[in-house]
Amino acid sequence: MTNEPGTAPERLSPLDAVHREAGASFTDFAGWQMPVRYSSDLAEHHAVRTAAGIFDLSHMGEIVLIGPEAAAALDFALAGKLSAIEIGQAKYSLLLAEDGGIIDDLVVYRTGDDRYMVVANASNVGIVADELRARAAGFDTIVSDESDDVALIAVQGPDARAVLLETPGFGVDGPGAAPTHNGADDFDVQLEAIKYYRAFPATFEGEPVLVARTGYTGEDGFELYVAPERATRLWRALVETGGPRLTPCGLASRDTLRLEAGMPLYGHELSRDILPVQASLGRVVALAKPGDFVGRAAIEQGPAADAPVLVGLAADGRRAPRAGYEVFDGDGESATRVGVVTSGALSPTLGHPIAMASVSPAAAEAGTELFVDVRGTRIAASIVALPFYKRNA
Amino acid sequence: MTDQTALHYTEEHEWIAIDGDVATIGITDYAAEKLGDVVFVELPASGTTVTEGTVVGEIESTKSVGELFAPVSGEVVEANQAVVDAPELVNSDPFGEGWLIKVNASSLPKFLTHDEYRALVGE
Repeated sequence: MTNEPGTAPERLSPLDAVHREAGASFTDFAGWQMPVRYSSDLAEHHAVRTAAGIFDLSHMGEIVLIGPEAAAALDFALAGKLSAIEIGQAKYSLLLAEDGGIIDDLVVYRTGDDRYMVVANASNVGIVADELRARAAGFDTIVSDESDDVALIAVQGPDARAVLLETPGFGVDGPGAAPTHNGADDFDVQLEAIKYYRAFPATFEGEPVLVARTGYTGEDGFELYVAPERATRLWRALVETGGPRLTPCGLASRDTLRLEAGMPLYGHELSRDILPVQASLGRVVALAKPGDFVGRAAIEQGPAADAPVLVGLAADGRRAPRAGYEVFDGDGESATRVGVVTSGALSPTLGHPIAMASVSPAAAEAGTELFVDVRGTRIAASIVALPFYKRNA
Repeated sequence: MTDQTALHYTEEHEWIAIDGDVATIGITDYAAEKLGDVVFVELPASGTTVTEGTVVGEIESTKSVGELFAPVSGEVVEANQAVVDAPELVNSDPFGEGWLIKVNASSLPKFLTHDEYRALVGE
């Protein structure tokens, strides 16, 4: 009744030993063996909403572009206008195919005047690196996949900042940092001042760490990019300092957290088969930017009028619509199939089932009552606005 | 505290306690752990006749859905309402308060012993 672990060779996180020590259960994720939960994914979910959680995201990919034309190369390669972001700023973006389909969704950090770091989903790192290399070929920039040299630890939740501030070992010594008499104090000042979707170069025990105020949980929080050799010491320092306020969290809770926050997951809400506008990501495409970019013609033409669109669904009871379940416009024999669930769960925060689904635009209006086939039973579900959950500002 | 060595087991990760004609059925700690937090349990009603090897219920966690296979044929004499009301009992006490159904079984198939089951799950 349960899936046995795969026997294929899997990649291990630099934090693997830490997770085993903590008693984690593991799952195969894009060829990596990563913690799915430590004890209870519900407890981990609630910890992030009410205190803080710590996640190992070392499976994510980091591709670095360096060179005088790095910005121009990204403006051509990606959907957004990356030349417009400041040093220290981050931007959510998309890598599009010529036909406008989504190859991956990304977070791009500008880490210098001529330097960017592109963070890709684990399952897509290879293709993203290949595409960026090909698309940057005519530009004066070097593209390198540095994924093996970067570990990623996320600290998410209302107590995330406090835990980071109290953790010993942080300092600032990066380019742009003022000369200081006391590194720790300046780290505190920067951490207090950093805005959402910004990052600053810091140090942990003298080694570089990029501290970003980003995340994928719907809570405030930080993501720490660090050398794999330093990851274990950093993780342990955070966990020791955080104590009961900081719960190690696996990918199961990460998935329910991002779903509640209405955030798309590549391979579920996003794929090669849809244009950004179908997933309400039209704003991510900078059609106003000068010059061509890969996918522009297809985006300008737009999807077919009857192309499915992404919606949120909310239901009563406790049975969750899950990815792949079909959506109908009624519960009788004559009902028409109008779409399919892309992600779904019993929302731990809200206490009722929630889902995202790709449905016909004719059935996509808020308030429309649809029916999800949950293993043979049609469950009523209403279309609601995304996100399902929004933290209090 | 249930003596797990005295229970019978199936390859579908169920345990069976035999008391006279009545088989009490639940899922193992291994299965509960693999499922994750159980949030929904659907069980056959009392009086339902179940057939060995068929799906008679569902155990749903935050991440996945597990099917409950009837390990014996017979009539359901009781379904555990406490576990329907509080599905987390499957995680917190799989061999005790997290039991699922009691079946009046006319005959019993061959089950796995405790040692055989532990070998199956690699423990």
